[in-house]
Amino acid sequence: MAVVTYLPRLLPTLFLSGRNLQPIIVAWLRLVPPAVLAAMLAPSLLLREDSIELGIDNLFFWAALVAFPVAWKSKSLFATVVVGMGLVALGRYFGLGM
Amino acid sequence: MENSQKQALAAIAIGMKRALPIVLGYVPIGFAYGVLAGKGGLSQTNTLLMSLIVFAGSAQFIAVGLFAAGTGPAAVILTTFVVNLRHMLMAASLSPYLAGWKKRHLAFFSFELTDETFALHSTAASRLGDCRLEALSLNVTAQASWVLGTILGIVASGLISDIKPMGLDYALAAMFIALLVGQCENRVRVVTAIISGGIATLLYLAGWHQFHIIAATVAGATLGLGVEHWTKR
Repeated sequence: MAVVTYLPRLLPTLFLSGRNLQPIIVAWLRLVPPAVLAAMLAPSLLLREDSIELGIDNLFFWAALVAFPVAWKSKSLFATVVVGMGLVALGRYFGLGM
Repeated sequence: MENSQKQALAAIAIGMKRALPIVLGYVPIGFAYGVLAGKGGLSQTNTLLMSLIVFAGSAQFIAVGLFAAGTGPAAVILTTFVVNLRHMLMAASLSPYLAGWKKRHLAFFSFELTDETFALHSTAASRLGDCRLEALSLNVTAQASWVLGTILGIVASGLISDIKPMGLDYALAAMFIALLVGQCENRVRVVTAIISGGIATLLYLAGWHQFHIIAATVAGATLGLGVEHWTKR
């Protein structure tokens, strides 16, 4: 696991650093961060057991509706994580969700 | 000599300070990982070793889940690899700014390149070339907090019967939300994120449970680039 984690992180920096990449490739690489974060996030918020579930029982989705503006206003990782986890915990306390 | 030492210390301090938001996110998430690993039957030594030598939040969570489900080592390693392929794109996107770094520094920097450290580095990527020590200090601080969270989680694992009432399983998603919002500084990036998230969701629905992230990332960034060119014309 350590090897297959390390190699993808190492090889690009080792071989690409300092090279002059074409502007279009640099522009593409700049869009990778938002793309990869959204790709990891969206399924975990929208899907439950392989189908789209946006009902009140999908706490992850509803908590995200609050967490997004909190992240936008506060610019704080900590505030977003605390609010998000707090809402999910609160929802479960009231018997919602899984 | 003294002056340069002072400068070095200052750079390390700045790196640690910049890592603070990650620390605040990593301690509870590392904690959740430690608890989950304990619940999943992973030994305390292996749980800690993963945080020390693998250091990949989502891959560690996934590995623990697979391990708990009785999946064999080969499948765990393959899944980890696929999940981590995104770091290849991240490392590549930082590499233009890492010109002039020595190989051993690059090797160390890359070892601690995670979604979160990457997100922080990419917000100040143009400065990376000049602040090597600061960047490495940021990484080391981040991993130290991840290991600390893991240890706390391992200790607490025996005391907590269920993590769900605390919402610990939402830590990772909440962190991604904050990082994504930080990345969405213009319209093209918002569009890219929406396209990529949509494609990932559709691919997952279509049964791609491991490659959906990397496929959606490539498609999203490519389409986003198309949108960027189209709107500029």
